Amino acid sequence: MRIILLLIVKEFLQIFRNRTMLPVIFVLPIVQLVILVEAATMDMKKIDYVVVDQDKSTLSRQLIGKIESSPFFTLRKATASVDEARDLMLRNKADLVVVVPGNFEKDLLARNKTDVQLMIDAINGMSAGLINGYATSILTSFNQDVLNSKGSNALVSVRQRVVDTEYTYWYNPQLVFKNYIVPGILTILVTILGMFLSGLNLVREKEMGTLEQINVTPIKKYQFIVAKLVPFWLIALFDLSFGLFLGKILYNIPIEGSILLLFAFASVYLITALSMGLFLSTVSSSQQQVIFLAFFFMLTFLMMSGIFTPAESMPHWAQKINVINPVAYFMRVIRMILLKGSGFHDIMKDMISMGVYGAVVLSLAIWRYRKIA
Amino acid sequence: MREFIGFVKKEFLHIFRDYRTLIILFGIPVIQILVFGFVIRTEIQDVKIAVLDHSKDVTSLELINKITSSGFFVLEKNLSSMEEIEKEFRKGRIREVLIFEPHFGEKLNEEGKAAVQIIADASDPNSAKLIVNYTRGIIAGYNRELNLNAAVPYKIEPKVRMMFNPDMKSAFMFVPGTMAMVLMLVCAMMTSVSIAREKEIGTMEALLVSPLKPIQIIAGKVMPYILLSCINALIIIVMGHFIFNLPIHGSLWLLFFETLLFITLALSLGIMISSVAKSQQMAMFISAFALMLPTILLSGFIFPIENMPNVLQWLTYILPPRYFITIIRSVMLKGTGLAEIWQETLVLLGMTFIFIRVSTMKFKIRLEQ
Repeated sequence: MRIILLLIVKEFLQIFRNRTMLPVIFVLPIVQLVILVEAATMDMKKIDYVVVDQDKSTLSRQLIGKIESSPFFTLRKATASVDEARDLMLRNKADLVVVVPGNFEKDLLARNKTDVQLMIDAINGMSAGLINGYATSILTSFNQDVLNSKGSNALVSVRQRVVDTEYTYWYNPQLVFKNYIVPGILTILVTILGMFLSGLNLVREKEMGTLEQINVTPIKKYQFIVAKLVPFWLIALFDLSFGLFLGKILYNIPIEGSILLLFAFASVYLITALSMGLFLSTVSSSQQQVIFLAFFFMLTFLMMSGIFTPAESMPHWAQKINVINPVAYFMRVIRMILLKGSGFHDIMKDMISMGVYGAVVLSLAIWRYRKIA
Repeated sequence: MREFIGFVKKEFLHIFRDYRTLIILFGIPVIQILVFGFVIRTEIQDVKIAVLDHSKDVTSLELINKITSSGFFVLEKNLSSMEEIEKEFRKGRIREVLIFEPHFGEKLNEEGKAAVQIIADASDPNSAKLIVNYTRGIIAGYNRELNLNAAVPYKIEPKVRMMFNPDMKSAFMFVPGTMAMVLMLVCAMMTSVSIAREKEIGTMEALLVSPLKPIQIIAGKVMPYILLSCINALIIIVMGHFIFNLPIHGSLWLLFFETLLFITLALSLGIMISSVAKSQQMAMFISAFALMLPTILLSGFIFPIENMPNVLQWLTYILPPRYFITIIRSVMLKGTGLAEIWQETLVLLGMTFIFIRVSTMKFKIRLEQ
């Protein structure tokens, strides 16, 4: 027991003497929480659009005025030529082109029907969907304005039956995307520290040759491994609290549930992450290899865990793969605890799964690690 | 010249013997493209909902049936009281609850109006918005069916054309970004680490006292990575084209030229980093944080630059991948020529010159500082 404690102290000393390790522990959470959270937004701020008004009637001008007055849309150019508008889109200067056809007003008043063409730059499918939504809703609202202004003789008075809908959002009533993202960033933090750095640390000893020296001492395998993993376990938990603190003061993220429960789950999750780091280090002979292997797995796991896009939207076969994706579990649980205040019963299943997973990976890693260089 | 060729051969052997790194190097773009193309989606499907039906009459059941048969929603549970809602949300499976008021059908037929209350779990705000919109859309469809006799005059119909990506496939946005990321990874990060490693192990000193000129050493080190990155770029484009039907509207030569330009830029960045870093770890961390992270987050790869706060938008102007991604998207997906992207190309050229200049100035013949 004394040996383990001494080894842990040695590890901590080495970590804090390492000039690159310290900034990572303290600067990384700050950088991620500040830059990543601000950058990762799916809300549309500014949609550059070009309008081609081929009608130039009162109605068409009203429509264009309505679009212009919307806070989402910024008029880039008004032109009479569709080709010029299209060219602007080619040059990446416009996201949307609105074409009002020549007989807009005439057709609407005489034949009750007309159309407006919307050309949307759809390279970013998500943004395109949003642009479509916003533009169409402006058109619908304008449609309603026209209907209202034309008065009662326009509507056929048949008694209508209408189902009304009222909707409320729970747990994030302002629909703040940051509340969704910040727990995700905290997950990244914990995972990087757990998986990446522990594996890196071990391979560094391998590379430097000090691993061989430790192997010829009476130190037992399990003592050595415990001493290697415990410091990073503690550091990861520390960074989680640091991150939570930053998240609270910078973005006022909700912390509805029990923080203790969160840390309990994080501890179990870390066993898996650390064991994976350990396992990676046993199959690599250089730091570069560890970095690439860890980067590869982490990136895939992260993308599939539901950090930016919902895991439930993935195809079913992909969701099945998520059963062996530990990051998906943590992502789910941290959001449930922080945003909804879920309790132990709600996450019990996930906790047990993580516990089993961690035990399996740890055993695998220990088995793979032999006292030979 | 013979020494140089021998040196290049050695470098190639070094890399190809490290089969683990090679597998990962080619694996990363392949897996990434597959994941981004097939897995990452924002549309909703099989959303589990719960219903609190106070009325349980023909009409409410009809409406519930319409919602669940739409394919988007799955009725998971029938609740009997308001208190149960919170519990169900906390469990995490149910994402929306529909509440029907008592005497739903009666109210609808006699008073012409009945209400459905929708409560959505907004921990994921984007999905919540979609879920609510889809639900309301289905209910609006129901309303239309109810009132088929009402004529709707003055209808303005939007005719929407999705340009450059008619099926709105996510792959179109991600494949150019993946190219930028992988090229940065191979050319900048791996080069800098490789040079830093030789310095750390001590073999760099041996190289420097050999008859090889420093410029030959650097060139030799860089050769294999040029080949690797060209192969990678090719794999990415081929995969994008054949698996996701990514078009290549523009000129292949222009594409090739721009890619080569970016490779050169990334390489010179890698060399620059290696001349500053004192150890392998430092080289890795500088590459990771100053290059890879900004490339992934801020270059427009995943998140559109226009939506970022202004401060970050200014920051992106110094990021080479931002320009490269714009160029690739324009040339491949929009079919533009040099005329539309000459500004971005000029910026990349300028950056390359600066990096090469700085690297040559900082490169020291002696290793002691």
